[in-house]
Amino acid sequence: MSALAPRGDFPLLAAQPTLCYLDSAATAQKPRAVLDAERAFYETANANPHRGAYAPSAAATDAYAHARRRIARFLGVADADTMLFTRGTTEAMNLLVTGWGRTHVRAGDRIVVTRLEHHANFVPWQQLALAVGAEFAIAELTATQEIDLDDLRAKVTPNTKVIAFGHVSNAVGTINPVAELVAIAHGVGALAVCDGAQGAPHLAVSVDALGVDAYAFSGHKLLGPMGIGGIVVRRSVLERMAPYQFGGDMIEFVGDQATTWHALPHRFEAGTPNAAGAVGLAAACDYLDALGMAQVRVHERALIEAADAALHAVGGVRILGPSESARRSGVVSFMIDGVHPHDAATLLDGAGVCVRAGHHCAQPLMRSLGVAATVRASFYVYSTAEDVARLVAAVRSAQERFAID
Amino acid sequence: MSAPDLDELYQSIILDHYRRPRNFRALPEATGEAAGRNPLCGDELTVWVKVDGDTIDEVTFQGSGCAISRASASLMTAAVKGKTRAEADALFTQVHAMVTGGADAPAPESLGSVRALAGVGRFPMRVKCASLAWHALKAALERPAGAVSTE
Repeated sequence: MSALAPRGDFPLLAAQPTLCYLDSAATAQKPRAVLDAERAFYETANANPHRGAYAPSAAATDAYAHARRRIARFLGVADADTMLFTRGTTEAMNLLVTGWGRTHVRAGDRIVVTRLEHHANFVPWQQLALAVGAEFAIAELTATQEIDLDDLRAKVTPNTKVIAFGHVSNAVGTINPVAELVAIAHGVGALAVCDGAQGAPHLAVSVDALGVDAYAFSGHKLLGPMGIGGIVVRRSVLERMAPYQFGGDMIEFVGDQATTWHALPHRFEAGTPNAAGAVGLAAACDYLDALGMAQVRVHERALIEAADAALHAVGGVRILGPSESARRSGVVSFMIDGVHPHDAATLLDGAGVCVRAGHHCAQPLMRSLGVAATVRASFYVYSTAEDVARLVAAVRSAQERFAID
Repeated sequence: MSAPDLDELYQSIILDHYRRPRNFRALPEATGEAAGRNPLCGDELTVWVKVDGDTIDEVTFQGSGCAISRASASLMTAAVKGKTRAEADALFTQVHAMVTGGADAPAPESLGSVRALAGVGRFPMRVKCASLAWHALKAALERPAGAVSTE
């Protein structure tokens, strides 16, 4: 199958025609439209948003506000002011854990996460539990790395205040049943927090329809610039949250001894914002919506089905995660018998195939799998059947090099 | 990376030591031990030494890791057995210079089979794999127990 988006739209890929980039789950390549939008902001509207009464500052303010509305629309969020910009998912989770967790989770309460989480949706909650004396429970997985809902239900006790789970696993690609997880959380009055770092780029997402109380995402994984992302938080929760950082832009009135806070969303965005990044991310949303997120999903499903079939045909390869493409996003995470993932990554790199080898920032998951690392190939809109063929050929060649003489 | 670079990195002696690591066992009578860990990739190994006076009588290791880290550990145990502490230290310095010195780093013949690690010089991302066991050896010789990290 050909690419969903032309390779020529992506300057890095166009400049390196033989590069087989299969690490989009780590960061996506950027279309020229995104780079142009970021540059255009600096060339035509650069001033500090919200500060000056002069025309360029007003233009910057408008561009930033428009970007927020555009990204909220992409994510299916009607109330755009409940979408806060952050540097990405990691900062988003820290904002939530600090602003909500520190004031709402107390000693004796319980926090539940899952074994699938990457460190950004694991460590902040674990550290919150340690700091306030809360219980920290981890829902275990089935043999195909899907959340064991029975185990989760058993661990969600009446004192549970939050369940934090990913929309899609970055390490093995599992698509989680968000509606069921939300129902379980709301059944005990807990917050349902969804890490959408791997959901928003690959699935048609409507945060409002998902019913989650918070949804975090990173722009750079969905064709946008690095250093911009955000979190959507239910308004009723936001209004009870403490500011995350203090400083300019987030204040209403600063007295000598006390300060009052600005309205949403500014209360949670201290300091000069990454307006150019927000503008670039809005352009990425335009680009993806023009392709159609449903089409993105269809394209990626076809690629993982092709990769699964070809790797199974090669033999000696164990693919992790759900085998049905309906329950897996655009990730093929695997082990090659007799070839350590790091050796595999070096050999694949030698063939111009860029994959990630490692723990994928998900050490609790790797421990449960009994491995230190896996090889992960991840696809996106510019990936093609040729990329799959290159991957499979490189895997075969790595096997040959390591074959017992 | 070109194919010749990969051929040098994964030369047969490396693959042989990966598949059949030498001195791959715990050493109950050890006088020193240290665990080495590469937090980036999760590789872990433990090195045991038995030192008599100034002489390293025995070196063993165990753990999990890639071909480079395991082969490096295996080659190391064979190379330092019977050496004095000072000789092992000198070897450490030479190996370190060889694997961190880039493509043109010196690989003196005195290193013997350990020279097989010279290919790592062209793969900066793999230097930590090659040096993990050597850092653990240094720690095991310096103190009775403890963990070292490549970070």
